[in-house]
Amino acid sequence: MKIAFTATGPKWSSRIDPRFGRTEYLLIYDTDSEELVVHDNRDIENEAHGAGPKTAKLIYDTGAEVIITGNGPGENAALALEKAGVRIYTGADRMKVKEALEAFNNKQLKEFKK
Amino acid sequence: MKIAIASGKGGTGKTTLATNLAAYLSDKRDIILADLDVEEPNSGLFIRAGKIFEEIKYKMIPGWVEEDCTFCGICQNVCNFNAILNLGNQILVYPELCHSCYACSELCPKGALPMKHQRMGVLSHYRNGNINFVESHLDIGQEQSVPLIEQTLKYIDSICRKDSIVILDSPPGTSCPVIEATKDADMVILVTEPTPFGLHDLKLAVETMMTIGKDFVVVVNRYGTGNADVEEYCRGNNIRIIASIPDSRQVAELYSRGELAYDKIDDFRRSLDRIKEAIPGN
Repeated sequence: MKIAFTATGPKWSSRIDPRFGRTEYLLIYDTDSEELVVHDNRDIENEAHGAGPKTAKLIYDTGAEVIITGNGPGENAALALEKAGVRIYTGADRMKVKEALEAFNNKQLKEFKK
Repeated sequence: MKIAIASGKGGTGKTTLATNLAAYLSDKRDIILADLDVEEPNSGLFIRAGKIFEEIKYKMIPGWVEEDCTFCGICQNVCNFNAILNLGNQILVYPELCHSCYACSELCPKGALPMKHQRMGVLSHYRNGNINFVESHLDIGQEQSVPLIEQTLKYIDSICRKDSIVILDSPPGTSCPVIEATKDADMVILVTEPTPFGLHDLKLAVETMMTIGKDFVVVVNRYGTGNADVEEYCRGNNIRIIASIPDSRQVAELYSRGELAYDKIDDFRRSLDRIKEAIPGN
């Protein structure tokens, strides 16, 4: 299974980015291969509108089934993630990516419902 | 003659000036006063006139036809506004992000995204003697005011006579709605107040007008309050202040009751005299 994280940097030690659509990085962890793939999302700054759907689409394209983030997506992004069957977990905004994964595994994160 | 009344800052007196100027000029001229602040129009509170026309306004957005779609993804790739997502087995259209450019619809090889009407608001036209008052209300839940402002301006062009004076009460701020409301104006009046906030937002409005290459003049409202920084800024940048409207509690009281001030407060009327003199052809 692939798990996506919104992050402020490209490493396991980077902090979770509390923002969804305008997250600086997306980190995709493959639980089978134990590989961490980094997507630099900083170009999103140039999008005046629709950052949420655009980031949601990127997550869909990576094949991730779970997204771990801070504040949670807005309405537009939530719709896309729901349609794409991606589960959303929020409240990881004060954690490092590594800690957020542990919290997810220990079922400490809240599942986001529209 | 189209005069747009704009400001960076909200609450500086755009509506006060627009409504009073319209009534003041209507003794001799055919006037069209339009409230382009379609998110919350309020000029109508000051104008007593009967409705002569009403029309529902629509914008065009693509509607997805599942049976015809091959999920090629061209629609998503040509959209500059992230309004279309291709999720492989379905296409998501975000009407609030769509700018009605037709690119997805025109470039879809299967014609699976025909454009369809979506209601965005209502335009109303009122008339009393020489005053025509046009306002549009954006529906609750609609996020884009520019298409409705655009259609309202089109309607104004259709009723405008050669000798009409059009007064456009513009939305506040410096973003797309203001640019849409001012871009075809012959004259832009930026209303400000002599306060630090007034100056800060006046500078933004000036920058906006310079960027779109629009000439403008300034009216200072509530003159006598605050400080002289706005005047100094205008002098230093060769910006013409055509009138300074003295601060007046009576004007504010009249406003709070939905009444016009030009025919009741002499100082206020004298300011309108000076504004009238600054309008070309008057």
